[in-house]
Amino acid sequence: MAMDISSHTQHISQQFNTELEDIKTHLAEMGGMAERQVNDAIAAMIEVDVEKAEQVVRGDHKVNSMEVSIDEECVRILAKRQPAAGDLRLVIAVTKAITDLERIGDEAAKIARQAMALSRDGAAPRGYVEVRHIGEHVSRMLHDALDAFARLDMDVALKVVQTDRTVDMEYSTAMREMITYMIEDPRSITRVLNIMWSLRALERIGDHARNIAQYVVYLVMGEDVRHGSYEEIEEQIHQEE
Amino acid sequence: MLEPTDVVERSDATAKAKDTARTPSIEATQGDNRPFDQAEPMAMENESIKLEVSGLELFYGAERALKNISLQIPEKKVTAFIGPSGCGKSTLLRCFNRMNDLVDSCRIEGKILLDGDDIYAPGVDVAELRRQVGMVFQKPNPFPKSIYENVAYGLRLQGVKSKRILDTVVENSLRGAALWDEVKDRLHDNAFGLSGGQQQRLVIARAIAIEPEVILLDEPASALDPISTLKIEELIYELKDKYTIVIVTHNMQQAARVSDYTAFMYMGDLIEFGDTDTLFTNPTEKQTEDYITGRYG
Repeated sequence: MAMDISSHTQHISQQFNTELEDIKTHLAEMGGMAERQVNDAIAAMIEVDVEKAEQVVRGDHKVNSMEVSIDEECVRILAKRQPAAGDLRLVIAVTKAITDLERIGDEAAKIARQAMALSRDGAAPRGYVEVRHIGEHVSRMLHDALDAFARLDMDVALKVVQTDRTVDMEYSTAMREMITYMIEDPRSITRVLNIMWSLRALERIGDHARNIAQYVVYLVMGEDVRHGSYEEIEEQIHQEE
Repeated sequence: MLEPTDVVERSDATAKAKDTARTPSIEATQGDNRPFDQAEPMAMENESIKLEVSGLELFYGAERALKNISLQIPEKKVTAFIGPSGCGKSTLLRCFNRMNDLVDSCRIEGKILLDGDDIYAPGVDVAELRRQVGMVFQKPNPFPKSIYENVAYGLRLQGVKSKRILDTVVENSLRGAALWDEVKDRLHDNAFGLSGGQQQRLVIARAIAIEPEVILLDEPASALDPISTLKIEELIYELKDKYTIVIVTHNMQQAARVSDYTAFMYMGDLIEFGDTDTLFTNPTEKQTEDYITGRYG
């Protein structure tokens, strides 16, 4: 049975309603936090802003501690309420989504560290264009995945899965580009490697955002689409309708 | 997981075909609350069918208590009936050993087949039917006799006199009901001296002493403390090796824990019947979801 956005607030137990609403709200907060970390990390790199990069590195523990506290909430709900059906899927989807958000926070911190390393060397290296470009994609994906979760919007979730393919393709194009730079100018290898690690981190963030979008499909339809291709997921969603 | 064969879940036409593969039957029951529009009974794959209900209607006087119920109960599995009070689940359970015959105003249409034989056919020996289909109620109802005599009662009725046979059956039944170790030293004490949970297991021992094929349990644990409840649940799990079990329970988590298949009933209609894992994680019907998750209907 597919669910709509209000379906977690109609229990006879008001307290249960509140608990489920709380984990959704806290997930959204944590998502917003991770999103900010990613955007700041990208900005720190492109704008060569060491202070911002340091802020991102320092801020990572906030994302981590949110993961722990939301996890505790979910465990409490499982223990006390024995949720079933859509409620159970919500709790499970949230515990999974926060793991991905925590990883996204880690990746953002990685990018920030690369930004710090690059800024120590001064001049802007090549590859910022790629970082900016893939960064925009990935940031949008993350935003959409969280949005899809909040509104239980399958179309947006599907869009995220689709964008991930684009990001993966652009990532491999960018990799080839970086290799070309290194061949052209071996003195730039260290610096280009910094960029490559950052691109790699962005690509991973895209994968995590896609995972979150797939939990939305699980949450709404009860179908586990984790290892399916875009076409398979799309077919599944449309059959449901 | 997205296997090619799995992709076809839940579109209107294919969902039914798919459901056939993993759930026991649901057949059209066009009652008032009935959202299904499935017109054909579905075969239960990989299960042999012990009890088959088709088009069952039950009236208490003018009141229609069961509305066109059709379902199949698989052999040596646990099937649970859940639903709010008054939904007809106990009434349906009592149809399986014709306990409703005792209610004067009760009238039944449709068929219930036990191993393919209509239990409401003329000439059916009701006492024999009730030997095949045993029943345990919510409140333990031991006889005011010793533990031993409670279990031996059914056999004595059948005329068994041999002490050796009686001793064996009493011991095996008490072991089967996971009670032997607790009572073996006081078999001749009055059964009322046992705790509620022990009495309930004694009643189950009494039911299995006459080797039934089906055991009907009507809220067997709802008057018991949590530990006794778990013992009964564990017992149910062990009993399904030998018996077909049908249980009515108000405790949804109990249904989720002990049963292989679950039927959700509402106001005399069978709303959804499927394998328990699916029903409790991703039910098809909104009414089922609302009920099992504790929402307003």
